[in-house]
Amino acid sequence: MTATADAPAATADDGTAPDDGTGGSEPGTETFYDRFPEAARIVRATFLGAFLAFAVGTTFGIIQTLHRTGIARPFSSVDYYTFLTAHGVFLVLSFTIFFLVGVFTWALVRSLDRPLVNTRFSWAWYGLMATGMTLTGLTILAGFTSAVDVSADVLFTFYAPLQAHPLFYGGLAVFLVGTWLAGLDWWRTFLAWRREHPDERIPLQAFMVLTTTIMWYVATSALAISVLFFLLPWSLGLIETVNPTLTRTLFWFFGHPVVYFWLMPAYLLWYTVLPSIAGGRLFSDPLARVVFVLFLLLSTPVGIHHQYLDPGIAEGFKFVAMTNTMFLLLPSLLTAFTVVASVEYGARVRGGTGLFGWLRTLPWRDPAFTGMMLAGLMFAAGGFSGMVNAGMNINYLIHNTIWVTGHFHLTVGTAVALTFMAATYWLWPQITNKPIYSRQIGLAQVVLWFAGMALMSNAMHAQGLLGVPRRTAEPTYSGFEYGSAFGGYGELNLQVAIGGTILFASAVLFLSNVVLTMGNSRTDGLAETLAEPISGSEDAPLVLDNIRLWGGIAVLLVLLAYALPIVAIVQRGGLFGPGGEAYPMVLDALAILAEQAPDVLVERMPDVLGGGWAGGWP
Amino acid sequence: MHVHSYEKIWLALGLGLILLLIGSVTYGAVGPGVSMVAADQPTVDPTALDEDDRFAEPRVEQVGENEYEAYVVAFQFGFEPDPIVLPANSTVTFMVTSRDVTHGFEVVGTNANTMVIPGEVSTLTVETGGPTEYGVICNEYCGAAHHGMEGSIEVVPQEEFEESAGGSSDGDGSGGDQ
Repeated sequence: MTATADAPAATADDGTAPDDGTGGSEPGTETFYDRFPEAARIVRATFLGAFLAFAVGTTFGIIQTLHRTGIARPFSSVDYYTFLTAHGVFLVLSFTIFFLVGVFTWALVRSLDRPLVNTRFSWAWYGLMATGMTLTGLTILAGFTSAVDVSADVLFTFYAPLQAHPLFYGGLAVFLVGTWLAGLDWWRTFLAWRREHPDERIPLQAFMVLTTTIMWYVATSALAISVLFFLLPWSLGLIETVNPTLTRTLFWFFGHPVVYFWLMPAYLLWYTVLPSIAGGRLFSDPLARVVFVLFLLLSTPVGIHHQYLDPGIAEGFKFVAMTNTMFLLLPSLLTAFTVVASVEYGARVRGGTGLFGWLRTLPWRDPAFTGMMLAGLMFAAGGFSGMVNAGMNINYLIHNTIWVTGHFHLTVGTAVALTFMAATYWLWPQITNKPIYSRQIGLAQVVLWFAGMALMSNAMHAQGLLGVPRRTAEPTYSGFEYGSAFGGYGELNLQVAIGGTILFASAVLFLSNVVLTMGNSRTDGLAETLAEPISGSEDAPLVLDNIRLWGGIAVLLVLLAYALPIVAIVQRGGLFGPGGEAYPMVLDALAILAEQAPDVLVERMPDVLGGGWAGGWP
Repeated sequence: MHVHSYEKIWLALGLGLILLLIGSVTYGAVGPGVSMVAADQPTVDPTALDEDDRFAEPRVEQVGENEYEAYVVAFQFGFEPDPIVLPANSTVTFMVTSRDVTHGFEVVGTNANTMVIPGEVSTLTVETGGPTEYGVICNEYCGAAHHGMEGSIEVVPQEEFEESAGGSSDGDGSGGDQ
């Protein structure tokens, strides 16, 4: 093949409908790399970007775990917040989204069986994403040194009036534009396919990519407004003040759908890859489409559920968000059914019998299968703790406690991250023609992730019930001790530390396996095919494929849910807030403290700043 | 569209669960009367709290028979007053605001918990119960020494509260110097 030969052989599949329902086909023994080498290179580049972020993010994770629990504090507690900001941004924005654009590019090209319209355009969005994230990342990491006057210790949520260096917001904006262009690339490729295949159903994987892209445009509109019209000009000194409630609300407008953005590639893999790995077939194509439409409609008009305890937002708006949130359970419940049914079908094809006996016949030695199944199991647990979070009045008990951290380490930290790692074992050979270095290490790695997370996340939930806060370097205080539930505070801390250490070991195994795999030479015969659904797209009503209609309804629902609260917030506090100062996190933290700390804090200064063993074990 | 009968049963169970969850939250609001932190107070200028008669001198004030209001200011990195002294077996409405960045106000081990956003006043009504002590922490990251931000609540018998308040209801600032 030549470097530019990204088009399939002209005769292959010409004019025939994709026959596997998930779209496209991989005729004969062709891998994705064989068939679309240009696109494969882009996917590989996005995955490498994701793994780099994963390496840095998980390293910071173990540092935080040991610091918080008081096991080892080689860094000061002030630096903890730099680590925490980087951990959040690198893992939930960089790792997840870089992997996502890779999965989506693969899925779209594969299912349409057509190359991207313009590879140079694809490299352009990749370049923008990488440049933006590098700017933001370096701005955060500059917080470790006082040699440069740049930092962004504002955490992943960057709530004003905490203020980051303009480069932090600027980098985010560039990254965001990159993701928008990626979406445009997929849509352009789809529209080109549509002209070539005017009467065909949208292949399932392409349908998932396209609906999720629309969701992303809706969700990020608010973030773009917040960053471009308020936070960036404010950090540059062009405007004096911002309205903290307004920028918070705009953040969470984006902040909830982003969690589904992380989740949708995992869902795509569960729906379209997992059944085939299990030897089965997807149970229902139409229901999969319904699920993605529901996510498009319901992901965004719920963000106020992150603000149940915010003053300045009326109770009625919170109630509407709560109701929408509960209905958002539906697509995930449907997914649980479909995925389990599809896998069970595979097990029975493989000769499994009995009420639960079929579980034994599944390919548990396959790291891709076991990883995704364990990820799904953890997602169920995360779903239940999410129902508690969503319950407006029980939320008082756990809001901003480490319960919430436990929750999202099950969802994004396992359902998404573990699925991505597991999928890598299946997908990487398809995009590189290189076999995985060791599938045994892969299997051990996914099981370790599950075990470590079970330990850490469970203990975090339990600590949250005791009132232990999230996002703090030292969760012990001088004035009181925590009660006990499912073990005392110290015992739970130990579980968090052991769990976190196991997770880090798992991450190291994963990354080593990928690096060693890259050293393998290319071989033939790695091609995998995806099976067609039991109930195919012919059973799905045509209206499901009307993405413009669903996009329109999604925008309408968002307007219904958000227009009144945002107008009310602006009327109350003004577009630029009821006054107040910026609190730049770009100055030397010690100087701020010396200036502002009350006497009582100065007494505790050695504890507060010096790391060490403040509070100790209760 | 073909939907398998098992799928229909699952769908019905799922919808049932959703309605149950919405019902339980609704019951919590209208039955036990758990109300949400909301938009019941006008905004304030966080840089001019010393001109606000509630927050110029953060304190606890009696506003009715067995009813009190606690005006609390959160700041980098503490709460005022500290400790917040409250009478036992009374109804207390906390009014909490911030003079700098966004904070949290969490009475550890209870469900008294709210965000504190500069410019907004969070109101939260609680029953104090018997005499005891609680820790108060900021549970929203607020800067380099966030982990040092704590306060306390002392729930004292009614008589002791009246003595410490000096027999007047306007207090003198800290409200509790035993």
